[in-house]
Amino acid sequence: MRYTLQRVRAVAWREFKSYFMTPLAMVFLVIFTASANALTFYVGNIFENGQASLESFFLYHPWLYLLLVPAVAMRLWAEEWNSGTVEMLLTLPLSTAQAVLGKFLAAWAFLGLALILTVPLWISVNMLGEPDNGVVIAGYLGSFLMAGAFLAIGSCLSALTRNQVIAFVGAAAVSFLLVMSGLDIVLDVFRSWRLLIIAESIAALSILTHFQSLMRGTIGLSDVIFFLSIIVFWLFATVVVLDRHKGS
Amino acid sequence: MSGMIVLKGLSKQFDHLVAVDNITLTVAQGEILAFLGPNGAGKSTTMKMVTGFLAPTAGTAAVCGFDILTQPLKAKAKLGYLPEGAPSYEDMTPAGFLSFIAHIRGYSRRRERAKRVAAVAERVALTEVLQQPIDTLSRGFRRRVGLAQALLHDPDVLILDEPTEGLDPNQKHHVRGLIHDMAADKAIIISTHILEEVEALCGRAVIITRGRLVADSTAEALLAGLPYHNAVTVTVTAAEADVVEQKLRGLAKTSSVERLSNKSLLEASSIRLRVLSRDRQPITAEVSEALRFHTLTALTVERGRLDDVFRNLTLPD
Repeated sequence: MRYTLQRVRAVAWREFKSYFMTPLAMVFLVIFTASANALTFYVGNIFENGQASLESFFLYHPWLYLLLVPAVAMRLWAEEWNSGTVEMLLTLPLSTAQAVLGKFLAAWAFLGLALILTVPLWISVNMLGEPDNGVVIAGYLGSFLMAGAFLAIGSCLSALTRNQVIAFVGAAAVSFLLVMSGLDIVLDVFRSWRLLIIAESIAALSILTHFQSLMRGTIGLSDVIFFLSIIVFWLFATVVVLDRHKGS
Repeated sequence: MSGMIVLKGLSKQFDHLVAVDNITLTVAQGEILAFLGPNGAGKSTTMKMVTGFLAPTAGTAAVCGFDILTQPLKAKAKLGYLPEGAPSYEDMTPAGFLSFIAHIRGYSRRRERAKRVAAVAERVALTEVLQQPIDTLSRGFRRRVGLAQALLHDPDVLILDEPTEGLDPNQKHHVRGLIHDMAADKAIIISTHILEEVEALCGRAVIITRGRLVADSTAEALLAGLPYHNAVTVTVTAAEADVVEQKLRGLAKTSSVERLSNKSLLEASSIRLRVLSRDRQPITAEVSEALRFHTLTALTVERGRLDDVFRNLTLPD
């Protein structure tokens, strides 16, 4: 057990540092904070709403993550395959699951760092009015969990290919489906056919539905479990994909 | 323990291609085994299976008694592996990269890791570039980073896929020396197609072609199987050639004498004769005795070349 933790930590720490070896990390952090703020002010109209809340900030996170999280996830495994280092990594005394988890945690921590950089907005809203900070914290938690879910999807798609572009497009496409399934445009089709059960189950699988309930300040256990199970499922799929390479 | 590396009926099939076909062999402590074979013969695939990167289609391998399929982590902890092309994280420095490897290998304290890294860097002559990013290093240094990664924990079993590929002669010499010095208490497999390396380094060589093991023996024994082994070539003046040839044919141990074409016009006045020995026994003493009163300009003993063994065994019929 001690060694398991140590190995996961070693992989995670190396991966986390590797983001900062290239300008990629800085570019990403700048784009993320700039576009998160731009969407809040210009599309979300935070001032015109006249409410001291961060709803117009969190509202656009699913769409922002749709593009930016696959960009972080695409290199996780594709690069290892491309440079051949995967052969070195997976012949170390380290299980595939430990390697997958370590890399995932590093990328998740990186996305967490990006989220922390938006805290000035939270401070500003607190200076201008009196937002319900419990709701804001729930929003941050939901946003972080959602980022983890997209990331786990990206991790699996990245393990499937040595081409980072394919990994990016694939992850964005799968994530898009999971977000779209919560939109009324999609659900109304099923509702209009009186297929309410199907509409309900599709909505229940949607990332959007679960994120919105967290964003509005209700930390429901089911929402948290939903995101965690998406993460576990896709990380497990990553392990399966990597182990299948062994057999082929 | 007799066999530190044991391969049992190891096979690998990719779709319809049989890459490795039922290879069984054992490597004992103190032994350096060479995998010889043309490109694509299955050497690397075999190594990938022994190190647990690829799962065999049939058969299995064990490292220090730990089966690679049922106890992969214990087996991997016992071995050091240099994959083909010596991949490493190129944006890191050798110091950072090796420290990461040490961390995974279970050296949990920072000071302990630093000591390990310094020691292995010293060993493979990497100390001067420890703080430079790997992607700025020359090929020789990169290969040594890969080697350092494999040697870091002083493993009982070493599996090195083309350890001297892309190195200059001095570096090759250094790496061979390194491998030779470590050999006593380890079991080592190296793959190579440099035949001189096998003669210089390996007690034993196996030849793999089209996935099958076609020869398993010492370099010496492989050579002994060649028709020209222990043949003696003498260079005599043209005038004496006929007399000498008669004398050589008369020797008890001679099986036949061949006249060889001259290498260049400068040698037009001399003739080269190759004396083949019966049963490939040494015949140098007899030949030089027979030619005592003749003018000899050269006398060489042929051992046969591993290149010829290799070609004989690996070329399709």
